Amino acid sequence: MNQTNSNRSHDSFWESFRRIKALVIKEYFQIIRDPSTFLISFILPAILLFIYGYGVSLTITNLRIGLYLEDTSPEAISFAQSLTSSPYFEVSIGQSRQELEDQLMRGNIRGMIIIPQYFSLFRGGQEQLAPIQVIADGSEPNTARFVQNYIQGAWLSWINSENILGSERGRALVEIEPRYWYNEELESRNFLLPGSLGIIMTLVGTLLTALVVARDWERGVMEILLSMPLSIIEMMVGKLLPYFILGMLSMCAATAAAVWIFHVPLRGSILLLILVSGVFLISALALGLLISTLAKNQFVAAQAALVAAFLPGFMLSGFLFEIASMPWPIRAITTILPVRYFVSSLQTLFLVGNIWPLILYDMAMMVLISGFLCFLISQFTVRRLD
Amino acid sequence: MISRILTLIYKELWAVWGDKKSRFILIIPPLMQLFIFSFAATLDVQNVSIGVVNRDNGERSIELLARFQGSPVFSHITYLDSVDQITPFIDNQKGVMVVSIDEQFSRDLDASAPAKVQLILDGRKSNTAQILMGYASLIVNQFSQDYASVVSVTAPTTTLIQRYWFNPNLIYYWYNVPSMVAILTMVVALLVTGLSVAREREMGTFDQLLVSPMTPMEILLGKIIPAIFIGMAGATLILIAGIFAFRIPFSGSLILLYISLFVFVSSVVGVGLFVSSLSNTQQQAILGTYLFLSPSVLLSGFATPIENMPHWLQMASYINPLRYILVIVRGIFLKGVNTEVVLENLWPMAIIAVVSMLLSSFFFRHRLE
Repeated sequence: MNQTNSNRSHDSFWESFRRIKALVIKEYFQIIRDPSTFLISFILPAILLFIYGYGVSLTITNLRIGLYLEDTSPEAISFAQSLTSSPYFEVSIGQSRQELEDQLMRGNIRGMIIIPQYFSLFRGGQEQLAPIQVIADGSEPNTARFVQNYIQGAWLSWINSENILGSERGRALVEIEPRYWYNEELESRNFLLPGSLGIIMTLVGTLLTALVVARDWERGVMEILLSMPLSIIEMMVGKLLPYFILGMLSMCAATAAAVWIFHVPLRGSILLLILVSGVFLISALALGLLISTLAKNQFVAAQAALVAAFLPGFMLSGFLFEIASMPWPIRAITTILPVRYFVSSLQTLFLVGNIWPLILYDMAMMVLISGFLCFLISQFTVRRLD
Repeated sequence: MISRILTLIYKELWAVWGDKKSRFILIIPPLMQLFIFSFAATLDVQNVSIGVVNRDNGERSIELLARFQGSPVFSHITYLDSVDQITPFIDNQKGVMVVSIDEQFSRDLDASAPAKVQLILDGRKSNTAQILMGYASLIVNQFSQDYASVVSVTAPTTTLIQRYWFNPNLIYYWYNVPSMVAILTMVVALLVTGLSVAREREMGTFDQLLVSPMTPMEILLGKIIPAIFIGMAGATLILIAGIFAFRIPFSGSLILLYISLFVFVSSVVGVGLFVSSLSNTQQQAILGTYLFLSPSVLLSGFATPIENMPHWLQMASYINPLRYILVIVRGIFLKGVNTEVVLENLWPMAIIAVVSMLLSSFFFRHRLE
């Protein structure tokens, strides 16, 4: 009795293996016959890495600012010189206030500094401070804030150097020693590239899967598959396994490019990186499958993948914009996005190392979300069979 | 001819609008994205947790730390007992920054010797770290100056008067919402055109169009006009939401904005048709669309300024229509720019529109023959 039972389960395991294998072979041919699959798994990631590696830089070097001196006292000129010699600014000297305002309106300069006529007058007095006007183009707040901060920094160091020249005692009383751990040079690409791997995996995992399965629904292939002696689990595994492998290959290629071409340090273990990526990829695939199951139409699936995976990966994953600074409803949304946990793990594995508590927590969250997505998929697929 | 094109336009619009899911996907997601991303996409930093190690515990250091506590940027301050706790604190992302004050701090200050404050920042989030460092140095410098004027060393004689024009309170969504008008319009227009021909090819209805008495030019126009119409409708929807729900000040001319959006949508539709003319299946069309979409958003100057990019990428961004419309939309919303500035950014998009449409019509005809 026991013997037959175990035999039967043994058989059914092989049966199910055989069925999954057949489905995998079918998907395999579908993948290699369409060049667009190759395009999205290797070419698009390469382009994205390239752009993040070279194009997206948060390090400001040449802020274009305008300067207009209504007052030409020695102090004003000394301040102007300290600005023009700074590597952060590209200073253009204006001939009039009007000219600079016009340049600011056109967006040719990011901000302007005006030393007013009454600058020397005020400077002589005891009570009042001599004003320097700094106007930044607020229509681009990020740059505007940089402009104001950098000009303030230049002003402070100018004061300090003036004081040192003027009197012996005056120097900065409190010195700041900043230390940027794990990215000492503040290289933008060192933290952008690991984060962008999250977006690349989303492309393969969610977008490609959503499209492929939606196409199968559109063409009626799914109905045929559902009518076959396949369980839903077998079908999901057979459908997703080829894309899982494709996604992992794409991930390996992207990691190799990041490490060898862009020289991003990889301080954690590769095995752990592969494990974390695998866990994330499962959640991405599950999301893709859910989208296609609900959409059944490639146009809708493409839009939904864009909204549910690609743009959140870019905007809400914390790799470019700080999650803590977002308003609370949006922070709440980010907690259900697997990509958020993946980006945190990626940045840690690349730049810091194997920080187990953090990575285990991230993985646990991703597993939880994948489980929930799989539950939803099985719910919706069963209903369709009715 | 006109009536034949009109029929085709009607059919195209119906293909998108008649399907409940397509209709839903054209309206709801752009609005959702507008609301979520407008509030999310900020490089500013607020509400972050930081750690503090104070080995000094003198009067001066407590005074300095009180200033950190008073700042709205730092929502939660954790006091660490020793330097050894800094590494686990940063590594496990309990906070992005640790302020470390050594045992000499108060003594040095009272002796008018330079005192040191160490800031340890998490380089994994280099951008946030740099901005935090900016805030922290403002606090420390202010403290230093105030202290100097109390003990009358030397007080500065100049002052900076800092102002932000066009957006005095530096509200980030004033920047994001106008940018989103352009980006989301582009997404809608690109997907509609990118897929329209490919879907017909895949379903075989394109052959039916070809055997109908329509010329290739008429078919092309029948694809372009409804796509522009849908793109403009999408833009209008987002504009209305931006002006009435977000209350973004609108200081320029609405007519100029619509003319610019029209040229922009035409250029996007041209690119979409070009992608469509090259692809055989919907999947290829969608992937081609993404291939254009992601670089053009990343290199548009929306997230990071174009002048930060290397020279040759700046050159490449000249063929990106999004680059120009972002300047126009922001300019018209916030700055109220004049016609001259708009025209400067309008003609490159017009060229992109014409070139891409000519190219796609060439490829269509090429493939039809």
